[in-house]
Amino acid sequence: MKRNWNAWLWAGFGLALAGAFSYISLFIWFPITRDVPWVSYLLFIAAGCLLGIGLHRAFGQPERYRGKVSGVILGVLSLAMIGMFCYFTFILSKDMPASTDAPHAGQHAPRFTLPDGAGRPVALDELLKTHKAVLLIFYRGYW
Amino acid sequence: MRGFERRLNEFHARGVEVLAISADSNQESRKLCASRGYTYPFLSDVKAEVIRSYGVLHPRAGEDGRDIARPAEFLIDATGTIRWVNLTNDLRVRARPENALREIDWLMAVAAR
Repeated sequence: MKRNWNAWLWAGFGLALAGAFSYISLFIWFPITRDVPWVSYLLFIAAGCLLGIGLHRAFGQPERYRGKVSGVILGVLSLAMIGMFCYFTFILSKDMPASTDAPHAGQHAPRFTLPDGAGRPVALDELLKTHKAVLLIFYRGYW
Repeated sequence: MRGFERRLNEFHARGVEVLAISADSNQESRKLCASRGYTYPFLSDVKAEVIRSYGVLHPRAGEDGRDIARPAEFLIDATGTIRWVNLTNDLRVRARPENALREIDWLMAVAAR
């Protein structure tokens, strides 16, 4: 008898992939998903359920369903992806030295002149003459 | 960065200029602005001198071990005094434009009194 394709396993693996790789593009468009990646968590939970059902079928009814080998491989790969995602969100993204020497509110802002994208110099002092305030956003570069 | 671009007119309506600063070269910044459609100035601090003077250096965290900036926001009033500082301990979690706008409105309300 030809055994059935075990679609649950592949669907679970697909959701684990989606959970791990959709995070950045998702929070760019929907900022509410940024601070706590709850969409990824939901996808991981769903992935775990589907993989669980798939594995249960593969090992419980091996005469009807395939997936004893592929299911284990997909399960391990999914776990590895979820692990990587957790490493990124919980450890890597907090891996910064403490900033103890940043000037505080009430202190004078350090003066500077820096080139903009076109190479024209932009001076803080000049901007403050024509504006009520200046908001500086320091960023890591290229994102 | 995208959020600040979307609400840039609200900053400008309050007489506030928004500046982004990184250790990228100005060619890289220009490319970034062109691809994402950012219109406020992106300044290049290649030697990370200004980044260091604001105490937001993240040593050797960039490509090829270059020194880069950690995410941070500073609001500076017309007298050159810092009015609001937002440092983060998680590089995913940075200030949103509404946080900065609230501080600006508060600052202007205090100044008008």
